[in-house]
Amino acid sequence: MLKKIVGLAFGLALATMSPNLAFAASTEIRVGLVLEPPSLDPTSAAAAAIKEVTYQNIFEGLTKIDQNGAVQPLLAHSWTISDDGLTYTFKLEGGVRFHDGSDFDAEDVVYTFNRIIAPDSTNAQKALYEPIANVTAVDPHTVKIVLKHADGQFLFDIGRGDAVIVSPEGEPNNATAPIGTGPFAFVQWDKGSRIVLERNEDYWGTHPALTKVTFVFISDPNTAISAVLAGDIDGFPNFPAPEALDVIKADPRFKVTVGTTEGETLLATNNAKPPFNNLKVRQAMAHAIDRKAIIDGAQSGYGTPIGSHFAPHNPYYVDLTNTYPYDPAAAKKLLAEAGFPNGFSTTIKLPPPTYARRGGQIVAAQLAAIGIKAQLINVEWAQWLTDVYTNKDFDLTIISHVEPFDIGIYANPNYYFGYNDPQFQAIMAKLNNTTKDEDRKALAIEAQKRLAEQAVNGYLFELAQVGVWNAKVEGQWLNAPIEGAVLTGVHWVD
Amino acid sequence: MIWFVLKRLIGFAVTLVVAAAVIFVLLDLLPGDPARFILGINATPEAVTALQAKLGLNLPAPERFFTWLAGMIHGDFGLSYTQRAPVAGLIGDRLWVTIPLSILAMLLSIVIGLPIGILAARRRGSPAEAGLMTLAQFGIAVPNFWFGMLLVLLFAVGLHWLPPGGFVPWRENPLLALRGLTLPSFALALPQAAILARVMRTALVDVQNADFIRTARAKGMTMGEAVWRHGVRNALLPVITILGLQFAYLLAGTIIVENVFYLPGLGKLIFTAISERDLILLRGAIIILIVAVTATMLILDLLYAAIDPRLRSRGD
Repeated sequence: MLKKIVGLAFGLALATMSPNLAFAASTEIRVGLVLEPPSLDPTSAAAAAIKEVTYQNIFEGLTKIDQNGAVQPLLAHSWTISDDGLTYTFKLEGGVRFHDGSDFDAEDVVYTFNRIIAPDSTNAQKALYEPIANVTAVDPHTVKIVLKHADGQFLFDIGRGDAVIVSPEGEPNNATAPIGTGPFAFVQWDKGSRIVLERNEDYWGTHPALTKVTFVFISDPNTAISAVLAGDIDGFPNFPAPEALDVIKADPRFKVTVGTTEGETLLATNNAKPPFNNLKVRQAMAHAIDRKAIIDGAQSGYGTPIGSHFAPHNPYYVDLTNTYPYDPAAAKKLLAEAGFPNGFSTTIKLPPPTYARRGGQIVAAQLAAIGIKAQLINVEWAQWLTDVYTNKDFDLTIISHVEPFDIGIYANPNYYFGYNDPQFQAIMAKLNNTTKDEDRKALAIEAQKRLAEQAVNGYLFELAQVGVWNAKVEGQWLNAPIEGAVLTGVHWVD
Repeated sequence: MIWFVLKRLIGFAVTLVVAAAVIFVLLDLLPGDPARFILGINATPEAVTALQAKLGLNLPAPERFFTWLAGMIHGDFGLSYTQRAPVAGLIGDRLWVTIPLSILAMLLSIVIGLPIGILAARRRGSPAEAGLMTLAQFGIAVPNFWFGMLLVLLFAVGLHWLPPGGFVPWRENPLLALRGLTLPSFALALPQAAILARVMRTALVDVQNADFIRTARAKGMTMGEAVWRHGVRNALLPVITILGLQFAYLLAGTIIVENVFYLPGLGKLIFTAISERDLILLRGAIIILIVAVTATMLILDLLYAAIDPRLRSRGD
């Protein structure tokens, strides 16, 4: 009996060890993502993974954001804006059909936006669409949107994944079987493992080169490395293991792409809580931070130092990293002036991403060098959102703010930073009412400088978007100006 | 006997209800609001309130508990907060990975562990025994996820014989599905096999000195015949007890191993549900695990009683 069992097991082992059968054809791709989306409706939840799978692949908006962060037409091929900036008239593409075969027209647009602004709306970015007063269908291919007040970001905001056009018939099932107008149609979701999309042969625009896309979900960094090296994954738009990039770079089968993101990574500080309400303490901490050491240690060297809350690739950016240069002696002096010659004890709450957990250890060591003893507390995202963000129960935390052009959060005294500065609020109020580009730029620079001087938060670095791809895959986005893993231009070359 | 079975069944039911209450209370104490998590950092307070109402999170805790309990009795585990799909279906799909994985790992641990244990007991005092037991000690000490990573490096990255992870559904290609489970089941099986080998060896060594073996020897059997025909069977009793306990460890072990091999099993589901605060899904999955473990214990209890009449009277 035992012999039989051993023989059977051995035979089974042999049978399963045939050469790797899963070989991708030249129009198919297997893309690795760190997190699996909880659902597939980008208009009713915030998870970035939802947009990675669906944005511009399955769903499309009136406008789209291109890989450089610029607004481009999509389902609306053109638009006009009234002189007062309040009325937008969109001309829609003709001959567009949803994946279920139904026609796309102005009524779908009206439905989509009314759903976003409804009282019971659960749109994660509802506040962005608050300016909308009403949406009307002028004719099947013309939509008029009237705003309550002018909004310079409006065309960008309707190009986000949160405002993609859904059909009234498909909407109830979008969470599990999404129906969009995009170049790829949803085929299958093996929960916990992968999502399969196929090319929409009925697509209204330029057809993508890929015929089949399989998203595979791998959260463990070591596993991600193995999957890439074993050739089981053709591309990882946001690779979770920067420490392995040197090995991967040295292998001619792969290439590493490096681009920009909108993620300002901060040592966010509770400005309302002593001793952090003391400017000298914040300045001392700013002097204590060695950004290069953090970028090298936590991100394997990928990332750009920042001195304020602004993305370095933005045209309004100004380099303020030398406002409080790395200088532990100056830091100690300031701390003593503030009444803490021997430093003090504090805590840093760290959410799960690597930049926070690894960065936290380095920041703690740098603070310890000037006498600030920081205890590290690991928290999960849900806990971070409740404790830190909602209840403001924290001293320090490390977090990347990934929203584009989000310096306005500092004008909100109720924001979790606890930063209440009438001078900054005045600059932002002026900026919001200014339309002339050079004036806007001057005000944006003034705002950045104020934050840097006040050392509101510890400004560490801008996250880099680091992708790992099969060397024969081209056309992928290098930058991450918005949440998404857009595959419309991706193709294989020989 | 009927009274004995009835008592055990009542104990089973009470255990489950108590476990359900404990799980509910503990998970409700977890910091983090599911609605806030789903809608993220920029959600307006109104949107969060609207979602809380939609998910039924605004109801008082006792009401949520009894609705949940009543639903489960009818097989309705509720609707997942984040995935907006029935919890029972989500768990059911995952069992198609976790149960075959656990069974495969269990079989492998038996196939590897028992012969080593028998061999070691037969070669007592020899260098072979010392070698095998050192190996077993090593096997117990090695964490299964780390062993899994080593397996991946060798068989997937190095030799390209097996995939580094992932899973092809059974309905699509059973052979590929089995390929996907091969490395993880070895990773899970090794520490269990090491424990089994040690238990088997000790039990067999004890049995070798038993009176009935001496009797068998006196009747003319060789030592090998006596151990094989009478010893192994008697030594298996403690081994079966350990196997029952190991099933619980295997199920728990899948949480980490499924993450290492990105397998869509119950363990990965639990892991994700914790981080996304999908409390209703998490409760359902944990209840299923508890049912599996307590049911195994119940079956073992009943089996022992059937085999060994002494246990029945002792139980009363």
